[in-house]
Amino acid sequence: MHIMKRFALAASAAIVVLTMGAIAMDTAQAADKLKLTIASEGAYPPFNTLSPDGKLEGFDIDIAKALCDQMKADCTFVTQDWDGAIPALQAGKFDAFIAVMSITPEREKQIDFTNKYMSTPPAVVAPKDTDIKGVTKEDLAGKTIGVQGATTFSNFSEKTYPDSSIKSYPTAEEYQLDLANGRLDAAVDDRVVIDNWLKTADGACCKIVGMPKADPAIFGPGMGIAIKKGRPELVKKFNDAIAAIRANGTYKKINDKYFDFDVYGD
Amino acid sequence: MTTVTSSDEAVLRPPALPHRWTRARVAGYFLVGLWLAFFIGLAIYLYGAWNIGLIETYGPKYWSGLKTTLTLVAISFLLGMIISIPVAIAGLSKNRFARRLSGGYVYFFRGTPLLAQVFLIYYGLGSFRPQLQDLGLWGFFRDAWSCAILAFTLNTAAYQAVILRGAIKSVSTGQWEAASALGLSKRVTFWKIILPQALIVALRPYGNELILLLKGSAIVAIITIYDLMGETRRAYAQTFDFQTYLWAAVIYFVIVELIRNLWDWIERRLTRHLIR
Repeated sequence: MHIMKRFALAASAAIVVLTMGAIAMDTAQAADKLKLTIASEGAYPPFNTLSPDGKLEGFDIDIAKALCDQMKADCTFVTQDWDGAIPALQAGKFDAFIAVMSITPEREKQIDFTNKYMSTPPAVVAPKDTDIKGVTKEDLAGKTIGVQGATTFSNFSEKTYPDSSIKSYPTAEEYQLDLANGRLDAAVDDRVVIDNWLKTADGACCKIVGMPKADPAIFGPGMGIAIKKGRPELVKKFNDAIAAIRANGTYKKINDKYFDFDVYGD
Repeated sequence: MTTVTSSDEAVLRPPALPHRWTRARVAGYFLVGLWLAFFIGLAIYLYGAWNIGLIETYGPKYWSGLKTTLTLVAISFLLGMIISIPVAIAGLSKNRFARRLSGGYVYFFRGTPLLAQVFLIYYGLGSFRPQLQDLGLWGFFRDAWSCAILAFTLNTAAYQAVILRGAIKSVSTGQWEAASALGLSKRVTFWKIILPQALIVALRPYGNELILLLKGSAIVAIITIYDLMGETRRAYAQTFDFQTYLWAAVIYFVIVELIRNLWDWIERRLTRHLIR
């Protein structure tokens, strides 16, 4: 009897706590000014990287700044690990995540995407003295392939190269280290990111061996800006802004600063 | 004899303490309520999110990840235990050089994060490939698994050496003196008299260290080993279902709970002679 009473007391305390939590969450979700916090990864040059003083910079950041100007929004930028980006977005830690995220059906179940703001193909990179001839399943059978974990490239590699051993790394920088020091036979990543790395001193070890056919079921229509579900007005603002900077030449100016071709794709 | 037993009934008990709603009591109920709410919430969430397809797909992967985690922790804990004995003895030695060497080792591995040690051994040494190849060590360092075992062993050996050193010091010098008076050699005294008593003192800290190592092992996925956490991240990346992380938390929780109970049992068994 006594124990029952204690249990009932504890249970009512539990209900009070749960209710308080629910109220706190409701108030936190109110208010929507055009003050945006935009997150990016900061480890994927030339799209997003950290400057020596720790600020985000790169193509993604320049595009985001242009979009903010277009939307007349006051934007602040924060860095966010790739792995935790979707849960952090869902938890409302920031308003948008821009880091070459492919618009895939699985991700669209969790978060919303703007229209694509770019679209680049995958490529396979290997040491210069490699014996890998092509990029088919047979060419890479028995090889060790490095990918960044939780990316379309890791899903693509696991599906396309079942006879290879796939190793997954937290960011692109680590598989690049392992490719350079010979732990990996090859790696799969964004063509532009690989090109950018091959131009650096560390990338001198390696070359692109080929471009596998991008499976649209995995890669989707291109890369978009990720936004928490249930904010269609924000998605629309971003879409309008993307269309506007494409039309008024701002996109081309930023594009030409980084690339000698149009990363928007066709 | 009869007087003793008869007085038993007549003993006056102190009056029961009044049952007051003190601040501490209210706070206690509130906190218990908080925990209860947490566990009820977790149970409701897992019940609502129950998805047999997910379990069928990722269950075997979690199992293989769990085996990787347990193997890694078991091997490095045991190897660390072996290495910790000479380190602890060196730390207690009269020789200043041995003491400094042991102190420096412990200082370094306790003073830096395990994450940094794993990273340095795998990626850091990995960039010295030509030198390692000359020494014939590249075969060892090329492999992520052996790098992980090395890093974890060196780390846990430092902690275990400190535990052991403290435990050996906790055995009173009277034991050494008594053994010496009986004509026992130092070696026999250490292994047969001091160490068994020290290990009773060290048992609890060893349990803590094992639990910390188990939970610390979750970082090993950064060097491409698919342990329980690595499999969890992979499952999450493919499903974006948050319950993947919850299941991992539940599994870690259960293992820690098992270790804790095992340790309770070992302690009861080892200290039978001390119970009066």
